[in-house]
Amino acid sequence: MNLSFPIELDFTLRTVALGAAILGIVSGTLGTYAVLRGHSLLGDAISHAALPGIAIAFLLTGIRSPFVLVLGASVAGWVGALLVLAVTKRTRVPYDASLGLVLSVFFGFGMVLLTFIQRMPSGNQAGLNNFLFGQAAALLPRDVIVMSALGVLALITTLVLWKELKLLAFDREFGSAIGLPMRAIDVVLTTLLVVAIVIGLQTVGVILMSAILIAPAAAARQWSDRLGTIVVLAALFGATAGVTGALISAATPLLPTGPTIVLCAGAIMLISLFFAPQRGLVAQGVKNRRNRKNLRELGVLEDLYTLARQHKNPLHPHQAVVLRTMTSGPESVAPGLVGLEKRGWVRSAGRDSWALTPEGYVAADLEFAKWNMDPAAGAER
Amino acid sequence: MADRTAIEVRDLTVAYRDKPVLWDVDLDLPAGVLMAIVGPNGAGKTTLIKSILGLVTPAAGQILVNGAAYDVQRRSVAYVPQRGSVDWDFPTSVLDVVMMGLYGRLGWLRRPGKAERETARHALSKVGMADFADRQISQLSGGQQQRVFLARALAQNASIYLMDEPFQGVDATTERAIVQLLQELRSQGSTVAVVHHDLQTVPEYFDWVLLLNVRRVAAGPVHEVFTEENLRATYGGRVPYLREAALEPPAAPFRLERAAGSE
Repeated sequence: MNLSFPIELDFTLRTVALGAAILGIVSGTLGTYAVLRGHSLLGDAISHAALPGIAIAFLLTGIRSPFVLVLGASVAGWVGALLVLAVTKRTRVPYDASLGLVLSVFFGFGMVLLTFIQRMPSGNQAGLNNFLFGQAAALLPRDVIVMSALGVLALITTLVLWKELKLLAFDREFGSAIGLPMRAIDVVLTTLLVVAIVIGLQTVGVILMSAILIAPAAAARQWSDRLGTIVVLAALFGATAGVTGALISAATPLLPTGPTIVLCAGAIMLISLFFAPQRGLVAQGVKNRRNRKNLRELGVLEDLYTLARQHKNPLHPHQAVVLRTMTSGPESVAPGLVGLEKRGWVRSAGRDSWALTPEGYVAADLEFAKWNMDPAAGAER
Repeated sequence: MADRTAIEVRDLTVAYRDKPVLWDVDLDLPAGVLMAIVGPNGAGKTTLIKSILGLVTPAAGQILVNGAAYDVQRRSVAYVPQRGSVDWDFPTSVLDVVMMGLYGRLGWLRRPGKAERETARHALSKVGMADFADRQISQLSGGQQQRVFLARALAQNASIYLMDEPFQGVDATTERAIVQLLQELRSQGSTVAVVHHDLQTVPEYFDWVLLLNVRRVAAGPVHEVFTEENLRATYGGRVPYLREAALEPPAAPFRLERAAGSE
């Protein structure tokens, strides 16, 4: 791929980048709540459910104005979300099944309507197909204005309801008990989710929209344990993925925007999954290795300490062969002794004999004395 | 004080779908007592607490808190849900969780500030968790999680405490500490109702007991209603984990043995 962006972004690219940034920020923010509540796929149902709304709005008005289409998408997405909640609550259909039902039935209906519109004389120019996979290049300044207005509204609401939304996500029932209208707050949050989705529909498309809700939030969760930081990071990740993906797709003919943005978000997610400092797989692996090494060394130390306590001189050397008979993992004795030597807790006395150093004896005493002075009991640990 | 009724439940019936969970339950809980709610699984213990808190809509019946509806008496009731009812990997700190107890009185738009942090820290120190204020909740042990929930209820500064299995999954030392705290609350005049599973400790920890199995089997002072007959009626003949000793009034040596043996 040969990409070269002009240093001075032209007008279209600027519009595209701005729109993508807004959609990334809003999706990242609200996606955080969806992910933390375990409602990630509600976004998927909403976005798919929005498709027939777009088609119906166009059929009714005959105009392709962003305001009209976004309104149609919002209403349909909202109805879809309410339907999921109602089906889960009123029937015995489980949550994931009702998500799947709403998603596929609404989407199927949307596709039928879309095909119908294509056959109409005015349909081909409508470009409604772009709503499937998104087409950032088709963004117009008036689209971005609608997106910004909705986005600012959603972000302000999130900020105003900060502590209520936190309580909703963490302990909804307690919130009801202390008198907060949790059901209403839940409806507001679902509405905000709908808003975040319709903001992104034209750029990312209904099929992959949920990825932009989930991936930045899940990635941000890897980096922090504070809700505020996670929300800001998710917004940042969302914007980064949005702008990068939109610009790449705008500069490459025929490359749909949605998949490109999703790939960028996926890359951020992948990096976070592996390299986040605490929760990252690499950090966890290093930690596990260190723990295993530490446990191995403590096991050898314990056996050596047991021998030392049976001997008149606690610092008398003992043969590694003896240590190997004392454990179920004889192969860990040699590396364990090397590690302990590095800590200065044992010293080699030649011919594969090893002795505790005074420091090692004190350390073993501290470590194993809490097991009732019976070092053998420490093995349970 | 002793004559005042903290919680009054009349003819309470709750059903999930067509299955009754509570059937025609009456309760007059006097202020200033420490009451255990005992009964087998599915007896409706949690549902009773949730009904009092307005979290469950009853099919029939009436509940009064301090002689009035819960809606107007909300501030005088604190709630400790089951520890397992929330996700402890949620990204928040211990102090934050305790401050949630104050969200109700904070009102819209206001963020918790210095005064709220002060209240929360004080509540944490009462449960021996002052040093954990800035800890992430994902790093807590089960007993510590339970104490954080207790602190959140203490921060509410209520006169009635409803607790759902506060001893679930805590070690013996923590259990003693929690019991001490509950008894302290009672001696300050608060009313405490606790869903409890260990029948043996009922006479030792509590002065009132409600025996529940969908219907109310008995309620009253422990020495009056905590009888073998009532327990058999509650648990349907088979009384689990019950030794004769538990039915007697608590004997001091038994108590000491338990405490010493548990450490």
